Amino acid sequence: MAFVGSPAARPALLPLIGGRKTAWAEVLLTGLSGFATLLIVLTVAVIVINIVAGGYQVISWEFLTKPPTDGLRSGGIGPAIFGTVALVLLMVIAVIPFGAMAAIYLHEYARPNARWTKAVRFAVNNLAGVPSIVFGLFGLGFFIQTLGVGIDRAMGLDVTWGQPCILWAAMTLAILNLPVVIVTTEEALASVPPHFREASLALGATRWQTIWRVVLPQALPGILTGGILAVGRGAGEVAPILFTGAAYFLPYLPGQLTDQFMHLGYHTFVLATQSPDVDATRPVMFGTVLVLLVLTLLLNMTATVIRARTRSRQKSG
Amino acid sequence: MSIQSGERRYGASRSRWFLWRERLIETTIAVCSAMTILSVFLILLSIVREAIPIFFTAEDPASANFGGFFGQIVWQPVSDNPRYSLLPLILGTAKITVIAMSVAVPIGVLAALFSAEFAPRWVGEIVKPFVELLAGIPSVVMGFFALIILASIVQTLTGAVARLNALNAGLALGLAIIPVIYSVSEDALRAVPNNLREASLALGCNNWKTAVHAVLPAASSGIFASIVLGLGRAVGETMVVLMASGNAALVSWNPLDTTRTMSATIAAEMGEVVVGGDHYRILFLIGVILFGFTMILNILAGWYLSTMKRRLSGEV
Repeated sequence: MAFVGSPAARPALLPLIGGRKTAWAEVLLTGLSGFATLLIVLTVAVIVINIVAGGYQVISWEFLTKPPTDGLRSGGIGPAIFGTVALVLLMVIAVIPFGAMAAIYLHEYARPNARWTKAVRFAVNNLAGVPSIVFGLFGLGFFIQTLGVGIDRAMGLDVTWGQPCILWAAMTLAILNLPVVIVTTEEALASVPPHFREASLALGATRWQTIWRVVLPQALPGILTGGILAVGRGAGEVAPILFTGAAYFLPYLPGQLTDQFMHLGYHTFVLATQSPDVDATRPVMFGTVLVLLVLTLLLNMTATVIRARTRSRQKSG
Repeated sequence: MSIQSGERRYGASRSRWFLWRERLIETTIAVCSAMTILSVFLILLSIVREAIPIFFTAEDPASANFGGFFGQIVWQPVSDNPRYSLLPLILGTAKITVIAMSVAVPIGVLAALFSAEFAPRWVGEIVKPFVELLAGIPSVVMGFFALIILASIVQTLTGAVARLNALNAGLALGLAIIPVIYSVSEDALRAVPNNLREASLALGCNNWKTAVHAVLPAASSGIFASIVLGLGRAVGETMVVLMASGNAALVSWNPLDTTRTMSATIAAEMGEVVVGGDHYRILFLIGVILFGFTMILNILAGWYLSTMKRRLSGEV
């Protein structure tokens, strides 16, 4: 440091302090990074505009409620919407309690540096990174081939549970979404100011009473956000349900846990890749994609809005 | 007095009940947290269990063996003389991933730099919903976009013979992983404390110098983590490549050839295999490889992130 000011050091420092070239570099880097940002915005706009433009004419009450006809070339997507809703409802019922409780454990009970806590966090992070197709394999190998076949054998049934069905697809998606719910719930719990807990405990409430009566009511929007995000992902993910329950076409709606179901995302995939006559399927295809896109984007936007409110409260609180 | 004693008796039993209930609830909650660890183990266990017998009790040991998986170059699982070489699938995955990463890394990191360092606040407020929109687009919709719209554009621009090819799938996949790289990079850049920037500006550096010489080095671990996470996503992503890559298992480095990846192979073929057969087990084996690879990447990313955290808190 002593010879920073010495003449010998000056040339080396010059580029750091800046010369004529810097203005150029600054313009270049700002321009490049701005261009990258613009590219993202434009791409999103192109995708959304294309899908909206291709699909909006098809949307009607009939399209949303009637079953497909004419070898999937016309008719509606009613059963696919029904199947998707039934699937995500089952999934949410399974994932919210477990996810929320795991998050409560991590944030309210666990000591942050305990080995067990670290192991749970490690598991959550890894679960979030497992490819969705591997979840599909897991659903097939565990839920159907092990659990389902096991139930059938134990109860002496014909193939009932040991085949692809809506229950196993929902369970597969539930495990896929476990990290989503845990992370958002934990974030919500963190947004509850600690002095609320301290006040409750000081009044003689137990730990659980504090969580149940003081912390959870305030964290509820956050838990809801987790549920909504999970639903959005559950409606859009296709890979995990490919071989755990989604059906190409069903003449009936699923009424039992062991029934297969139609799904918006899978229906999109089928229409786009398995159709012998793409041009004839085009309107129905764009309509289906539009419904799926609007559904998932609305869910995500709702979650974002709730999240933003929670965050602003955290800042002011 | 009678009221008081009654209350005391009530209080005594109540506190015992409370203690019990407290313990019960705490145990239940701890068990629920164990579910996460159990899930990871169950996933690994159930895919490994379906894959492992291929090495011991294959129906066709002549082709379904280690040499067959990595020694040959033909993936032809459904034939009288099945060939199970994983090389074309691994090569296809690598090819598409390289294309996707070379699109997503520059765009994602630069856009994150723009939002965190250069852009005025209101620009950031506009960009953010777009990135969230991109992140929220289901992969099957991205695959649809690549299949119906992007493929025609790519074919017109390159004059490729195959309409669905590695370039098309790689571009779409790149779009799909931009949000991961962008958001993790942006978090990393924003985590850099302001006193670093102020010190740099006070030394006379302009915004650009500050970003490149002060902020980027401090956030480098986080940016590496974003790249590694994006890589994991790209390797495992299924629907985009299944719909957009053309799915022929060729051994070729040409980005304009139709290409088949590991994930797409599982998705396309699992529906038609005999449960317990060689083909079935090999598809699970591919799943094990994908699981292992993404797990390593996740651990790496987690390590980079914790390094960055420690560095910024001044421990290293």
